Amino acid sequence: MSVRATARIAAALDSRGTTSLPVLRGDGPLALRRTRNTAGTGSRVTVVGAMSAPLGGDRLALVARVGEGARLTVDAAAATVALPGPAGGSATYDIELDVAERAELRWLPQQLVSAHGSVLRTTTRVRLAATARLVLREEQILGRHAESTGTLVSRLTVHRAGRPLLDQQLAYGPGAPGGWDGAAVLDGHRAAGQLLVVDPAFEEKPPAARLLGETAVLTPLAGPAVLVTAVAPDARPLRRVLDRALDELAGAPVE
Amino acid sequence: MSRAALLVLADGRFPAGGHAHSGGAEPAVAAGRIRDAADLAEFCRGRLHTTGLTAAALAAAAAHGHDPLALDEAADARTPSPALRAVARKLGRQLMRAARATWPGTELTALATARPRGAHQPVVLGLTARSAGLGPEDAAHCAAYETVSGPATAVVRLLSLDPFEATAVLARLAPELDRIAEQAAAAAHGTIDALPAASAPLLDIGAEAHAARPVRLFAS
Amino acid sequence: MHLDHTRHGPAAVSADAARPDGTRRALRIGLGGPVGSGKTATVAALCRALRDRLSIAVVTNDIYTREDAAFLLRHAVLPPERIRAVETGACPHTAIRDDISANLEAVEELEDTLGPLDLILVESGGDNLTATFSKGLVDAQIFVIDVAGGDDIPRKGGPGVTTSDLLVINKTDLAPHVGSDLDRMAHDAAQQRGPLPVALTSLTSEQGVGPVADWVRARLADWTA
Repeated sequence: MSVRATARIAAALDSRGTTSLPVLRGDGPLALRRTRNTAGTGSRVTVVGAMSAPLGGDRLALVARVGEGARLTVDAAAATVALPGPAGGSATYDIELDVAERAELRWLPQQLVSAHGSVLRTTTRVRLAATARLVLREEQILGRHAESTGTLVSRLTVHRAGRPLLDQQLAYGPGAPGGWDGAAVLDGHRAAGQLLVVDPAFEEKPPAARLLGETAVLTPLAGPAVLVTAVAPDARPLRRVLDRALDELAGAPVE
Repeated sequence: MSRAALLVLADGRFPAGGHAHSGGAEPAVAAGRIRDAADLAEFCRGRLHTTGLTAAALAAAAAHGHDPLALDEAADARTPSPALRAVARKLGRQLMRAARATWPGTELTALATARPRGAHQPVVLGLTARSAGLGPEDAAHCAAYETVSGPATAVVRLLSLDPFEATAVLARLAPELDRIAEQAAAAAHGTIDALPAASAPLLDIGAEAHAARPVRLFAS
Repeated sequence: MHLDHTRHGPAAVSADAARPDGTRRALRIGLGGPVGSGKTATVAALCRALRDRLSIAVVTNDIYTREDAAFLLRHAVLPPERIRAVETGACPHTAIRDDISANLEAVEELEDTLGPLDLILVESGGDNLTATFSKGLVDAQIFVIDVAGGDDIPRKGGPGVTTSDLLVINKTDLAPHVGSDLDRMAHDAAQQRGPLPVALTSLTSEQGVGPVADWVRARLADWTA
């Protein structure tokens, strides 16, 4: 049986100036836990995978809203593994993130692993107010250990102050259009990742573009934001390069 | 619609600066990722289905009549590499010059005035097609073809690849090119936000690596 | 968001003699010729000879990107902001003849950023004897060959030798060493070129570029007349 589930998080600044969580509602396989924040003043929520998900046919969604001035970190206890469901078909996982004025969201989930035979389409839509800050990491791992990959299509769309800031779609695996494993796209690499940091402070002083090794690059976007794009043979070297960049751009990684 | 106008616009000798660009092929050759015609074919196929589709959709949308300035912003959001944004605007400006000499029109002049440093090349290409009396699918065909013809020509020079083999690579991609153009033209009827945003990590990484190299044959 | 849009007004469509604001643009002179004939050295010597009286800028068209521009920078013949390198995708003759859009961008940007200029020298990358500049890009062109390249080059002709506005036969000091017959080269050039001028130069001395500099001054006088 396929699952339909929407988990919701809302973070708000309370009268004492600390971030509270007026809404924290897990659903189906997306269980949410409030966890102790080791990195700063805001709240922290950990997504706990209560069961293997998403399976083929599942429709999962996660909505997080960070109110004015609030600070929220969302991470995950374990990697998300896309698996083929008993009924077959594709799964979807849609993430919607809203960050209000002077608020900050650190969105640092674990890897998304595309298991053999699975088909998953994910979308991440982010809406940022002009003074909002964002740290967002995405990692796609193609296949579990020594396994061929499933099909993974992942779109990340970020608007800031109502204008488009970043729009990217990655498509890998047997169901993706041709050439995804060639010299223009992955060239045999089995891990791909992105780290996006949006900070109004970059308006004044954007970091310069530079390579972070042979297959990773840090690029300033056309707005006050920096994107790190990396590919690697597997999950571990990918995380290393993203962690180093995270440390430099936005403080220590939360684990 | 004039099929001959499409030939003029799509001609590799159309003087809009494309000859100095390898479409990411030079850094891919330098990194050892393109070594022969088979690698070139996979490179071109991957490029066609990622930045090719994205560029084709932007061009089709401009030819369809969407606001070119909003499309220019959408192109920025779809181009995280500053080196590629600079190249796209430079080539856009060069194409604008050729376009205004060949198919002058008020829409071209308006965009040239609003973006004196150049708008993204696919947007200018779409508007040029429109000015030439061509439709969104023609513009998409042009944009999609350019994303693969540039690398194929460049690799002939970079690897001394047999030019017949390189052209055969392009010919074998023809059915996929047609499908991409159709898909892009269909997307042009929707909203700008919903336009395709297919991207390719190694093209972005390679573009910045290339921009940092002191010695190179192609500008990008 | 678009921090880089600082200029006003669209670029000119073609190589009009007037800039978008109506003022007369700089005279553009192209320098072409085979590899090693001394194009870059001639550009450097021209800059030294003319820079005190004229506002000059240079555009280079290299094969390997910025080599020639780097030479000019190293020898400090002009401040760095007056030197632009155009990248040519391994085909410098395409960039100066068939698709001149990148070069037109470069010359216009120089005038836009530096203000009115008197003279822009556009140097082609060392290519072959058939490479000539488009009239859409330059107002006059100089073709530079040298005595060491063989004294039969003028006799063989070709568009550069035959039609350039000035033919420079460079490295005359080497003629005795390489067994080239200067008189024969001058004679053959005159045969090929009719009334078009030929200058014999040796850039080993400061005054060596004199005949070329004089010719440029005369072209400039015509241009501003």
